[in-house]
Amino acid sequence: MRPDKKGYFGDFGGKYIPETLMAALKELTNEYEKAKSNKHFKKELDYYLREYAGRPTSLYFAKNLTKALGGAKIYLKREDLCHTGAHKINNTLGQGLLAVKMKKPRIIAETGAGQHGVATAAVGALFGLKCDVYMGTEDIKRQSLNVFRMKLLGARVFPVSSGSKTLKDATNEAIRDWVTNVRTTHYIIGSVVGPHPYPAMVRDFQAVIGEETKAQLKAVKVKEPDYLVACVGGGSNSIGLFHPFFKSKAKFIGVEAAGISIKSGKHAATMLKGRVGILHGSKSFLLQDKDGQVQVAHSISAGLDYPGVGPEHSYYKDTKRAKYVSVTDKEALAGFKLLSETEGIIPALESAHAISYLRRLARRTKKSQVIVVCLSGRGDKDIDIVKEII
Amino acid sequence: MSRIEKRFKEIKAKKKKAFIAYICAGDPDLATTKRLVLEFDKAGVDIIELGVPFSDPLADGPTIQRASQRALKKRVNLPKIFLLIKELRKNTEMPLVLMIYYNLIYDYGVNKFVRDAKGSGADGVIVPDLIPEEADELVFVSRAYDFNTIFLAAPTSTKERIRLIANKSTGFIYYVSLTGVTGARKSLSGHVREHIREIKHITKKPICVGFGVSTPKQVRQLSRFCDGVIVGSAIINKLEKNIKNKNRAIKEAAAFVKSLAKGVK
Repeated sequence: MRPDKKGYFGDFGGKYIPETLMAALKELTNEYEKAKSNKHFKKELDYYLREYAGRPTSLYFAKNLTKALGGAKIYLKREDLCHTGAHKINNTLGQGLLAVKMKKPRIIAETGAGQHGVATAAVGALFGLKCDVYMGTEDIKRQSLNVFRMKLLGARVFPVSSGSKTLKDATNEAIRDWVTNVRTTHYIIGSVVGPHPYPAMVRDFQAVIGEETKAQLKAVKVKEPDYLVACVGGGSNSIGLFHPFFKSKAKFIGVEAAGISIKSGKHAATMLKGRVGILHGSKSFLLQDKDGQVQVAHSISAGLDYPGVGPEHSYYKDTKRAKYVSVTDKEALAGFKLLSETEGIIPALESAHAISYLRRLARRTKKSQVIVVCLSGRGDKDIDIVKEII
Repeated sequence: MSRIEKRFKEIKAKKKKAFIAYICAGDPDLATTKRLVLEFDKAGVDIIELGVPFSDPLADGPTIQRASQRALKKRVNLPKIFLLIKELRKNTEMPLVLMIYYNLIYDYGVNKFVRDAKGSGADGVIVPDLIPEEADELVFVSRAYDFNTIFLAAPTSTKERIRLIANKSTGFIYYVSLTGVTGARKSLSGHVREHIREIKHITKKPICVGFGVSTPKQVRQLSRFCDGVIVGSAIINKLEKNIKNKNRAIKEAAAFVKSLAKGVK
């Protein structure tokens, strides 16, 4: 679906931003609308997705995992095989090209796990754009490998030590930078969040995940999958997988981070525990206290550690098009081990949440059914965290 | 006519300009805020912007972020701020404008917010992350309560947008002097004067300039071509210096504000 003229999916979305940014959003909207119907832009983006990012990624039938869980056939959409190690590059290539078209010499990004930061830094190097990335000091500690990668790619990484010291505050700081340098800088938001047109635009760039999946399922004679499963932080890999199946009968399941536990209050289960509010430019579900102050989220995975969620997901929840569930840190680690041991694939801790949920889901399914899971990223970045715990 | 509109009428009759001071409610506690408002009244301030602390103030620089954090530590929220305003109204007719991020209004309930704010004695609201296009409900309710809605105009705003902003603003229009967040700056952009002249062609409503203004000299310069000047972070910097000694903090902030207010007289 398209958002309405004001950028709303149902009741969610919109533009809640300082006036200073309105001119830039209008420019971006125009440029993106032009690019969408421009064959040359599509050709150029396809070229980079294919030759640079390594698309299409495979849709791998996880035979051993299927057998271990004893239910439906499980297919993994292998976004972990993308260049830079996650689906994030699909979006940064698209927005990077737009930045070039808008003649912005500088790009900035926020990052949690560092995957979006690395994907932005790579695109900065590729297109010759100056690149600065904001990252919470807590995340810099737990994802130090990605910090080093960004620096190798020529980006500057600015530590953010305010508030939760994670993705939420990195995003605040990126927005402050953008307001200040709006004339020369394009802000590459890494998820389907932010003011319109970002949620729809990032979704469109990530929809390649679902479109490829559709064609790949057809090739193995699966008419329609029964379940699509993906982790949800801001929600870009999940929307990317879900969106092209919007009109199908496939059930969508978004897996949020339950952190230590829902009860403990230390979690990132926005859909389960949040109420509608405004953060980072759009109206959507939000973890907040009784006064409307945004709460600090918690998750073992830096990429899911976010108190908000993309507005289109809120619309999916509201209309019951998707179901949202949650998986604790502990369960995610079990998923991490499970995939490593059964298939020889080490997932990112974010993606491990989706894998972990399969343990619950598979047993309720028939062997003739099909589940597609988005394996949004690879786990190299998480080895240190996991080593400490296991 | 609201207290803000009345104040501008008086100032205009004297051919003067307005001086507007920002402080964060509850920084470092509500009792200090109360004393500051009363002291500022004596120091020649025309309007006070009361910041409502928020966890994620994305239009604010480090100074106001720290002020918000100090206030949030004291668990300052809207009900407490409304009580404070009610208390203040026993002693002062100072026009009070709430500066508040939209989530806090939305979560409190737009209608209830305007009713309670007005009921407590507040005169208007500035929402740094709300553009007129998203403000239909707030504007509609505010008109019903004769509560002022002050929108921000930026250096990047087109003529078309200025028209919209002017149209939805009551009390005054807040012109943001720079592309950026709040915070004291050493120098001001040279384009302010030119842009304000353009805006004056579009609207007759008072235009006040804020963001980055920090010295009496800057206040004087700006007041020549706008209707009021707003200072926030520079005042908070003074408070912060003596945050442990509240009497001294209030005294020094009031003295500083007095020197700033002189710039428009």
